Amino acid sequence: MAKQHVSTIINGEPVEYLCEPQQTMLDVLRDELNLTGSKEGCSSGDCGACTVIVDGRITCSCLMLGAEAEGRTIQTVEGIAQGDKLHPVQQKFLEHAALQCGFCTPGFIVAAKALLDENLNPTEEETRYWLAGNLCRCTGYDKIIRAVLDAAAVMREEAAR
Amino acid sequence: MPSLSFSAPTSVDEAVKVLAGASGLAKVLSGGTDLLVQLRSGRTRPDLIVDTKRIPGMIGVREEGDRFVVGAATPGAMLYENTALTRAWPGIVEGMDLIGSEQIQGRASLAGNLCNASPAADSVPAMIAARVTCLIAGPNGKREAPVEAIVTGPGRTSLQKGELITEFHIPKPKPHQSDAYLRFIPRTEMDIAVVGCAVNVTLDAGGTCTDARVVLGAVAPTQIIVEDGAKALVGHRLDDATLAALDDAARRACKPIDDKRGTIEYRTKVAGVLARRAAAIAFERAGAR
Repeated sequence: MAKQHVSTIINGEPVEYLCEPQQTMLDVLRDELNLTGSKEGCSSGDCGACTVIVDGRITCSCLMLGAEAEGRTIQTVEGIAQGDKLHPVQQKFLEHAALQCGFCTPGFIVAAKALLDENLNPTEEETRYWLAGNLCRCTGYDKIIRAVLDAAAVMREEAAR
Repeated sequence: MPSLSFSAPTSVDEAVKVLAGASGLAKVLSGGTDLLVQLRSGRTRPDLIVDTKRIPGMIGVREEGDRFVVGAATPGAMLYENTALTRAWPGIVEGMDLIGSEQIQGRASLAGNLCNASPAADSVPAMIAARVTCLIAGPNGKREAPVEAIVTGPGRTSLQKGELITEFHIPKPKPHQSDAYLRFIPRTEMDIAVVGCAVNVTLDAGGTCTDARVVLGAVAPTQIIVEDGAKALVGHRLDDATLAALDDAARRACKPIDDKRGTIEYRTKVAGVLARRAAAIAFERAGAR
Protein backbone atom coordinates (compact mmCIF):
# COMPACT_ATOMS: atom_id res chain seq x y z
CA MET A 1 0.00 0.00 0.00
CA ALA A 2 1.15 3.49 -0.82
CA LYS A 3 2.55 5.47 2.07
CA GLN A 4 0.58 8.42 3.34
CA HIS A 5 2.08 11.85 2.89
CA VAL A 6 1.41 14.03 5.92
CA SER A 7 2.03 17.74 6.53
CA THR A 8 1.66 18.78 10.12
CA ILE A 9 3.06 21.10 12.77
CA ILE A 10 5.10 19.56 15.56
CA ASN A 11 6.41 21.73 18.37
CA GLY A 12 5.80 24.83 16.28
CA GLU A 13 7.71 23.63 13.22
CA PRO A 14 6.12 22.51 9.93
CA VAL A 15 6.97 18.85 9.43
CA GLU A 16 6.35 16.52 6.50
CA TYR A 17 6.65 12.77 6.57
CA LEU A 18 5.59 9.56 4.88
CA CYS A 19 4.00 6.84 6.95
CA GLU A 20 2.32 3.48 6.54
CA PRO A 21 -1.47 3.55 7.16
CA GLN A 22 -1.13 1.36 10.24
CA GLN A 23 1.70 3.33 11.83
CA THR A 24 0.60 5.12 14.98
CA MET A 25 1.51 8.71 15.73
CA LEU A 26 3.84 7.30 18.38
CA ASP A 27 5.57 5.10 15.77
CA VAL A 28 6.00 8.13 13.53
CA LEU A 29 7.35 10.35 16.30
CA ARG A 30 9.85 7.79 17.51
CA ASP A 31 10.84 5.89 14.37
CA GLU A 32 10.45 8.42 11.56
CA LEU A 33 11.10 11.74 13.27
CA ASN A 34 13.53 10.65 16.01
CA LEU A 35 11.41 12.34 18.66
CA THR A 36 11.96 9.61 21.22
CA GLY A 37 10.82 11.59 24.26
CA SER A 38 7.31 10.10 23.97
CA LYS A 39 7.55 6.60 25.40
CA GLU A 40 5.84 3.37 24.44
CA GLY A 41 4.46 1.73 27.55
CA CYS A 42 1.31 -0.27 26.94
CA SER A 43 0.31 0.62 23.35
CA SER A 44 -3.31 0.46 24.42
CA GLY A 45 -4.02 3.88 25.90
CA ASP A 46 -3.80 2.76 29.51
CA CYS A 47 -0.47 4.15 30.70
CA GLY A 48 -0.18 7.64 29.18
CA ALA A 49 3.59 7.46 28.64
CA CYS A 50 3.07 8.47 24.99
CA THR A 51 0.88 11.51 25.80
CA VAL A 52 1.08 14.40 23.33
CA ILE A 53 -1.08 17.47 22.84
CA VAL A 54 -3.08 17.47 19.59
CA ASP A 55 -4.93 20.68 18.76
CA GLY A 56 -4.94 21.57 22.45
CA ARG A 57 -6.13 18.21 23.81
CA ILE A 58 -3.99 15.54 25.42
CA THR A 59 -4.01 12.31 23.45
CA CYS A 60 -2.28 8.97 23.69
CA SER A 61 -0.17 9.01 20.54
CA CYS A 62 -0.37 5.19 20.49
CA LEU A 63 -4.13 5.51 19.88
CA MET A 64 -3.79 7.87 16.92
CA LEU A 65 -2.66 7.01 13.41
CA GLY A 66 0.22 8.98 11.97
CA ALA A 67 -1.96 9.66 8.94
CA GLU A 68 -4.48 11.48 11.13
CA ALA A 69 -1.96 14.24 11.91
CA GLU A 70 -2.47 15.95 8.54
CA GLY A 71 -3.06 19.65 9.22
CA ARG A 72 -3.05 19.23 12.99
CA THR A 73 -0.87 20.96 15.57
CA ILE A 74 1.04 18.60 17.83
CA GLN A 75 3.14 19.29 20.87
CA THR A 76 5.44 16.63 22.33
CA VAL A 77 7.60 16.64 25.43
CA GLU A 78 10.48 17.92 23.27
CA GLY A 79 8.53 21.17 22.78
CA ILE A 80 7.72 21.92 26.41
CA ALA A 81 10.95 23.72 27.42
CA GLN A 82 11.74 27.12 25.85
CA GLY A 83 15.27 26.53 24.55
CA ASP A 84 17.42 25.98 27.63
CA LYS A 85 14.73 27.23 30.01
CA LEU A 86 12.74 24.43 31.56
CA HIS A 87 8.99 24.75 31.86
CA PRO A 88 7.93 25.21 35.52
CA VAL A 89 6.46 21.70 35.49
CA GLN A 90 9.84 20.28 34.44
CA GLN A 91 11.70 22.40 36.99
CA LYS A 92 9.39 21.31 39.81
CA PHE A 93 9.64 17.64 38.80
CA LEU A 94 13.38 17.97 39.39
CA GLU A 95 13.05 19.89 42.66
CA HIS A 96 10.45 17.49 44.10
CA ALA A 97 12.23 14.40 42.76
CA ALA A 98 8.93 13.49 41.13
CA LEU A 99 10.48 10.65 39.17
CA GLN A 100 12.67 7.64 39.65
CA CYS A 101 13.07 5.51 36.53
CA GLY A 102 11.74 8.35 34.40
CA PHE A 103 9.84 6.29 31.84
CA CYS A 104 6.45 7.81 32.65
CA THR A 105 7.85 11.32 33.12
CA PRO A 106 7.42 12.67 29.56
CA GLY A 107 3.75 11.70 29.60
CA PHE A 108 3.21 13.28 33.00
CA ILE A 109 5.02 16.47 31.96
CA VAL A 110 2.92 16.85 28.81
CA ALA A 111 -0.37 16.06 30.60
CA ALA A 112 0.44 18.39 33.51
CA LYS A 113 1.48 21.18 31.16
CA ALA A 114 -1.84 20.83 29.31
CA LEU A 115 -3.73 21.01 32.62
CA LEU A 116 -1.94 24.22 33.61
CA ASP A 117 -2.53 25.72 30.16
CA GLU A 118 -6.25 25.43 30.94
CA ASN A 119 -6.28 25.99 34.68
CA LEU A 120 -3.57 27.77 36.65
CA ASN A 121 -5.23 26.96 39.95
CA PRO A 122 -6.27 23.31 39.94
CA THR A 123 -7.22 21.63 43.20
CA GLU A 124 -5.34 18.55 44.28
CA GLU A 125 -8.39 16.46 43.40
CA GLU A 126 -8.66 18.01 39.92
CA THR A 127 -4.96 17.38 39.39
CA ARG A 128 -5.22 13.75 40.46
CA TYR A 129 -8.20 13.14 38.18
CA TRP A 130 -6.52 14.90 35.25
CA LEU A 131 -3.42 12.74 35.65
CA ALA A 132 -5.36 9.51 36.21
CA GLY A 133 -4.53 8.46 32.64
CA ASN A 134 -0.81 8.45 33.43
CA LEU A 135 0.61 5.49 35.33
CA CYS A 136 3.78 5.50 37.44
CA ARG A 137 5.27 2.46 39.15
CA CYS A 138 7.97 4.30 41.11
CA THR A 139 6.81 7.42 42.88
CA GLY A 140 3.47 6.55 44.42
CA TYR A 141 2.20 9.69 42.64
CA ASP A 142 2.39 12.01 45.63
CA LYS A 143 5.62 13.72 44.59
CA ILE A 144 4.22 14.18 41.10
CA ILE A 145 1.08 15.84 42.44
CA ARG A 146 3.18 18.12 44.74
CA ALA A 147 5.37 19.07 41.79
CA VAL A 148 2.43 19.98 39.56
CA LEU A 149 0.70 22.01 42.28
CA ASP A 150 3.96 23.82 43.02
CA ALA A 151 4.47 24.51 39.30
CA ALA A 152 0.94 25.95 39.21
CA ALA A 153 1.84 28.28 42.09
CA VAL A 154 4.97 29.46 40.24
CA MET A 155 2.99 30.04 37.07
CA ARG A 156 0.34 32.01 38.96
CA GLU A 157 3.08 34.23 40.37
CA GLU A 158 4.57 34.72 36.90
CA ALA A 159 1.12 35.52 35.49
CA ALA A 160 0.49 38.09 38.24
CA ARG A 161 3.68 39.99 37.44
CA MET B 1 -1.87 -6.14 7.63
CA PRO B 2 -0.13 -6.28 4.31
CA SER B 3 -2.57 -4.07 2.41
CA LEU B 4 -4.23 -1.62 4.75
CA SER B 5 -5.51 1.55 3.09
CA PHE B 6 -6.36 4.84 4.77
CA SER B 7 -8.90 7.39 3.62
CA ALA B 8 -9.92 10.71 5.14
CA PRO B 9 -12.93 11.91 3.15
CA THR B 10 -14.21 15.45 3.52
CA SER B 11 -17.89 14.81 2.82
CA VAL B 12 -20.47 12.25 3.90
CA ASP B 13 -21.12 11.28 0.25
CA GLU B 14 -17.44 10.61 -0.30
CA ALA B 15 -17.25 8.55 2.92
CA VAL B 16 -20.21 6.43 1.85
CA LYS B 17 -18.69 5.91 -1.60
CA VAL B 18 -15.35 4.82 -0.16
CA LEU B 19 -16.96 2.52 2.43
CA ALA B 20 -19.40 0.99 -0.07
CA GLY B 21 -16.69 0.45 -2.66
CA ALA B 22 -14.23 -1.20 -0.28
CA SER B 23 -13.17 -4.73 -1.04
CA GLY B 24 -12.77 -6.61 2.20
CA LEU B 25 -13.27 -5.21 5.69
CA ALA B 26 -13.72 -1.45 6.03
CA LYS B 27 -13.60 0.21 9.45
CA VAL B 28 -14.83 3.67 10.35
CA LEU B 29 -12.36 5.62 12.49
CA SER B 30 -13.70 8.24 14.90
CA GLY B 31 -11.54 8.64 18.01
CA GLY B 32 -9.81 5.29 17.50
CA THR B 33 -9.64 4.44 21.19
CA ASP B 34 -11.12 1.00 20.53
CA LEU B 35 -10.13 0.54 16.88
CA LEU B 36 -6.40 1.13 17.37
CA VAL B 37 -6.24 -1.28 20.28
CA GLN B 38 -7.98 -3.95 18.19
CA LEU B 39 -5.73 -3.20 15.23
CA ARG B 40 -2.68 -3.63 17.39
CA SER B 41 -3.85 -6.89 18.96
CA GLY B 42 -4.90 -8.33 15.61
CA ARG B 43 -8.50 -8.69 16.77
CA THR B 44 -9.54 -6.76 13.67
CA ARG B 45 -7.70 -6.87 10.36
CA PRO B 46 -9.32 -4.25 8.16
CA ASP B 47 -8.37 -3.58 4.55
CA LEU B 48 -9.51 0.01 4.79
CA ILE B 49 -9.76 2.61 7.56
CA VAL B 50 -11.95 5.65 6.92
CA ASP B 51 -11.27 8.62 9.19
CA THR B 52 -14.51 10.61 9.48
CA LYS B 53 -13.19 13.55 11.46
CA ARG B 54 -12.55 15.77 8.43
CA ILE B 55 -16.22 15.69 7.42
CA PRO B 56 -17.94 18.95 8.39
CA GLY B 57 -20.46 18.42 11.21
CA MET B 58 -18.89 15.19 12.44
CA ILE B 59 -17.47 16.97 15.47
CA GLY B 60 -19.50 19.39 17.54
CA VAL B 61 -22.71 19.93 19.50
CA ARG B 62 -25.41 22.25 18.22
CA GLU B 63 -28.97 23.06 19.22
CA GLU B 64 -31.68 22.80 16.56
CA GLY B 65 -35.14 23.73 17.87
CA ASP B 66 -36.31 21.04 20.24
CA ARG B 67 -33.21 18.87 19.98
CA PHE B 68 -29.44 18.73 20.28
CA VAL B 69 -27.50 17.47 17.28
CA VAL B 70 -24.22 15.84 18.21
CA GLY B 71 -21.71 14.95 15.50
CA ALA B 72 -20.92 11.24 15.50
CA ALA B 73 -17.19 11.71 16.14
CA THR B 74 -17.56 14.37 18.84
CA PRO B 75 -15.19 13.48 21.68
CA GLY B 76 -16.48 13.01 25.21
CA ALA B 77 -14.67 16.11 26.44
CA MET B 78 -16.77 18.29 24.12
CA LEU B 79 -19.95 16.85 25.63
CA TYR B 80 -19.09 17.67 29.23
CA GLU B 81 -17.76 21.08 28.18
CA ASN B 82 -21.19 21.86 26.71
CA THR B 83 -23.17 23.47 29.53
CA ALA B 84 -26.57 23.28 27.82
CA LEU B 85 -26.25 19.56 27.06
CA THR B 86 -24.89 18.78 30.51
CA ARG B 87 -27.80 20.62 32.09
CA ALA B 88 -30.36 18.97 29.80
CA TRP B 89 -29.10 15.37 30.11
CA PRO B 90 -26.67 14.90 32.99
CA GLY B 91 -27.06 11.11 32.65
CA ILE B 92 -25.96 10.95 29.01
CA VAL B 93 -22.99 13.20 29.70
CA GLU B 94 -21.91 11.35 32.85
CA GLY B 95 -22.15 8.02 31.02
CA MET B 96 -19.76 9.20 28.32
CA ASP B 97 -17.55 10.97 30.86
CA LEU B 98 -17.01 7.70 32.76
CA ILE B 99 -15.06 6.29 29.83
CA GLY B 100 -11.30 6.34 30.32
CA SER B 101 -8.86 9.09 31.13
CA GLU B 102 -8.55 12.69 30.02
CA GLN B 103 -6.46 11.42 27.10
CA ILE B 104 -9.29 9.08 26.07
CA GLN B 105 -11.95 11.76 26.56
CA GLY B 106 -10.23 13.94 23.98
CA ARG B 107 -10.81 11.28 21.33
CA ALA B 108 -13.48 8.72 22.25
CA SER B 109 -16.86 9.39 20.64
CA LEU B 110 -20.51 8.41 21.04
CA ALA B 111 -20.56 6.72 17.63
CA GLY B 112 -17.41 4.79 18.40
CA ASN B 113 -18.71 3.65 21.77
CA LEU B 114 -22.00 2.60 20.16
CA CYS B 115 -20.57 0.87 17.08
CA ASN B 116 -17.85 -0.93 19.02
CA ALA B 117 -20.95 -2.74 20.28
CA SER B 118 -19.73 -3.73 23.71
CA PRO B 119 -22.56 -4.78 26.04
CA ALA B 120 -20.80 -2.66 28.68
CA ALA B 121 -20.57 0.57 26.62
CA ASP B 122 -21.11 3.32 29.18
CA SER B 123 -22.58 5.99 26.88
CA VAL B 124 -25.29 3.78 25.40
CA PRO B 125 -27.87 3.09 28.16
CA ALA B 126 -28.60 6.75 28.87
CA MET B 127 -28.89 7.50 25.14
CA ILE B 128 -31.47 4.75 24.77
CA ALA B 129 -33.26 5.95 27.91
CA ALA B 130 -33.50 9.47 26.44
CA ARG B 131 -34.85 8.08 23.14
CA VAL B 132 -31.88 9.36 21.17
CA THR B 133 -31.84 8.55 17.46
CA CYS B 134 -28.96 8.34 15.02
CA LEU B 135 -28.80 9.62 11.49
CA ILE B 136 -27.21 7.01 9.25
CA ALA B 137 -25.82 7.74 5.80
CA GLY B 138 -25.45 4.93 3.30
CA PRO B 139 -25.54 3.96 -0.37
CA ASN B 140 -29.36 4.23 -0.35
CA GLY B 141 -29.40 7.68 1.21
CA LYS B 142 -30.08 8.69 4.79
CA ARG B 143 -32.15 6.91 7.42
CA GLU B 144 -32.84 7.54 11.05
CA ALA B 145 -32.85 4.78 13.66
CA PRO B 146 -33.20 4.69 17.44
CA VAL B 147 -29.95 4.00 19.25
CA GLU B 148 -31.30 0.67 20.55
CA ALA B 149 -31.62 -0.60 16.95
CA ILE B 150 -27.87 -0.39 16.28
CA VAL B 151 -26.23 -3.02 18.49
CA THR B 152 -27.30 -6.59 17.66
CA GLY B 153 -24.76 -8.47 19.78
CA PRO B 154 -21.23 -8.18 21.15
CA GLY B 155 -19.14 -6.56 18.39
CA ARG B 156 -22.04 -6.64 15.92
CA THR B 157 -24.26 -3.83 14.62
CA SER B 158 -27.19 -3.50 12.23
CA LEU B 159 -25.25 -1.08 10.01
CA GLN B 160 -24.99 -2.34 6.45
CA LYS B 161 -21.99 -2.15 4.13
CA GLY B 162 -21.32 1.45 3.22
CA GLU B 163 -23.30 2.87 6.13
CA LEU B 164 -22.00 5.13 8.87
CA ILE B 165 -23.58 7.15 11.66
CA THR B 166 -23.18 10.86 11.00
CA GLU B 167 -25.00 12.43 13.93
CA PHE B 168 -27.09 11.81 17.02
CA HIS B 169 -30.40 13.57 17.61
CA ILE B 170 -31.03 14.11 21.29
CA PRO B 171 -34.49 15.47 22.13
CA LYS B 172 -34.54 18.28 24.68
CA PRO B 173 -36.09 17.29 28.01
CA LYS B 174 -39.72 18.05 28.76
CA PRO B 175 -40.61 19.94 31.96
CA HIS B 176 -39.76 17.82 35.03
CA GLN B 177 -37.81 15.32 32.94
CA SER B 178 -34.26 14.22 33.73
CA ASP B 179 -31.95 11.24 33.77
CA ALA B 180 -29.11 9.50 35.58
CA TYR B 181 -26.56 6.82 34.74
CA LEU B 182 -24.67 4.71 37.24
CA ARG B 183 -22.22 1.93 36.66
CA PHE B 184 -20.60 -0.47 39.05
CA ILE B 185 -16.88 -1.21 38.80
CA PRO B 186 -14.64 -2.69 41.50
CA ARG B 187 -12.57 0.52 41.66
CA THR B 188 -13.40 4.20 41.26
CA GLU B 189 -12.11 4.98 37.76
CA MET B 190 -10.79 3.50 34.49
CA ASP B 191 -12.63 0.22 34.30
CA ILE B 192 -15.33 -1.54 32.33
CA ALA B 193 -18.83 -1.71 33.75
CA VAL B 194 -19.84 -4.84 35.66
CA VAL B 195 -23.36 -3.43 35.43
CA GLY B 196 -24.58 -0.08 34.10
CA CYS B 197 -28.04 1.40 34.52
CA ALA B 198 -29.71 4.48 33.08
CA VAL B 199 -33.05 5.80 34.29
CA ASN B 200 -34.93 8.59 32.53
CA VAL B 201 -38.13 9.92 34.11
CA THR B 202 -40.76 12.57 33.50
CA LEU B 203 -42.76 13.72 36.52
CA ASP B 204 -45.92 15.73 36.95
CA ALA B 205 -45.99 18.80 39.19
CA GLY B 206 -46.78 16.61 42.20
CA GLY B 207 -43.79 14.32 41.68
CA THR B 208 -45.67 11.37 40.19
CA CYS B 209 -43.90 9.69 37.31
CA THR B 210 -45.73 10.03 33.98
CA ASP B 211 -43.12 8.50 31.67
CA ALA B 212 -39.98 6.47 32.23
CA ARG B 213 -37.32 4.40 30.56
CA VAL B 214 -34.97 2.06 32.40
CA VAL B 215 -32.01 0.63 30.48
CA LEU B 216 -29.39 -1.84 31.70
CA GLY B 217 -25.91 -2.44 30.30
CA ALA B 218 -23.43 -5.32 30.73
CA VAL B 219 -26.08 -7.83 31.84
CA ALA B 220 -27.04 -9.20 28.39
CA PRO B 221 -25.51 -9.41 24.88
CA THR B 222 -26.89 -5.93 24.15
CA GLN B 223 -28.19 -3.08 26.26
CA ILE B 224 -31.72 -3.93 27.39
CA ILE B 225 -34.77 -1.77 27.88
CA VAL B 226 -36.48 -2.89 31.08
CA GLU B 227 -40.14 -2.45 30.13
CA ASP B 228 -41.35 -3.71 33.50
CA GLY B 229 -39.02 -1.24 35.18
CA ALA B 230 -40.75 1.65 33.41
CA LYS B 231 -44.14 0.17 34.37
CA ALA B 232 -43.01 0.01 37.99
CA LEU B 233 -42.28 3.75 37.94
CA VAL B 234 -45.11 5.24 35.85
CA GLY B 235 -48.05 6.34 37.97
CA HIS B 236 -45.99 6.29 41.14
CA ARG B 237 -43.98 8.60 43.32
CA LEU B 238 -40.57 7.55 44.55
CA ASP B 239 -41.44 5.44 47.57
CA ASP B 240 -40.15 2.16 48.97
CA ALA B 241 -42.78 0.03 47.23
CA THR B 242 -42.00 1.63 43.86
CA LEU B 243 -38.28 1.13 44.32
CA ALA B 244 -38.79 -2.49 45.34
CA ALA B 245 -40.87 -3.12 42.21
CA LEU B 246 -38.18 -1.47 40.06
CA ASP B 247 -35.44 -3.54 41.73
CA ASP B 248 -37.43 -6.70 41.03
CA ALA B 249 -38.07 -5.76 37.38
CA ALA B 250 -34.40 -4.95 36.79
CA ARG B 251 -33.26 -8.26 38.25
CA ARG B 252 -35.78 -10.22 36.18
CA ALA B 253 -34.62 -8.52 32.96
CA CYS B 254 -30.98 -9.57 33.40
CA LYS B 255 -29.44 -12.27 31.24
CA PRO B 256 -25.82 -11.87 32.31
CA ILE B 257 -22.76 -14.06 31.93
CA ASP B 258 -20.22 -15.20 34.49
CA ASP B 259 -16.83 -13.66 33.84
CA LYS B 260 -13.86 -12.22 35.68
CA ARG B 261 -15.79 -9.02 36.39
CA GLY B 262 -18.71 -10.67 38.13
CA THR B 263 -20.89 -13.71 38.46
CA ILE B 264 -24.43 -14.02 37.14
CA GLU B 265 -25.81 -13.85 40.66
CA TYR B 266 -23.74 -10.80 41.56
CA ARG B 267 -24.54 -8.90 38.36
CA THR B 268 -28.23 -9.60 38.80
CA LYS B 269 -28.27 -8.27 42.35
CA VAL B 270 -26.23 -5.19 41.43
CA ALA B 271 -28.60 -4.42 38.53
CA GLY B 272 -31.46 -4.05 40.99
CA VAL B 273 -29.40 -1.89 43.33
CA LEU B 274 -28.19 0.41 40.54
CA ALA B 275 -31.72 0.76 39.14
CA ARG B 276 -32.97 1.95 42.51
CA ARG B 277 -30.09 4.38 42.99
CA ALA B 278 -30.25 5.76 39.45
CA ALA B 279 -34.02 6.20 39.77
CA ALA B 280 -33.57 8.15 43.00
CA ILE B 281 -31.12 10.52 41.31
CA ALA B 282 -33.28 10.90 38.19
CA PHE B 283 -36.40 11.66 40.28
CA GLU B 284 -34.51 14.22 42.33
CA ARG B 285 -33.14 15.94 39.23
CA ALA B 286 -36.51 15.87 37.46
CA GLY B 287 -38.28 17.25 40.50
CA ALA B 288 -35.78 20.10 40.80
CA ARG B 289 -36.58 21.53 37.37
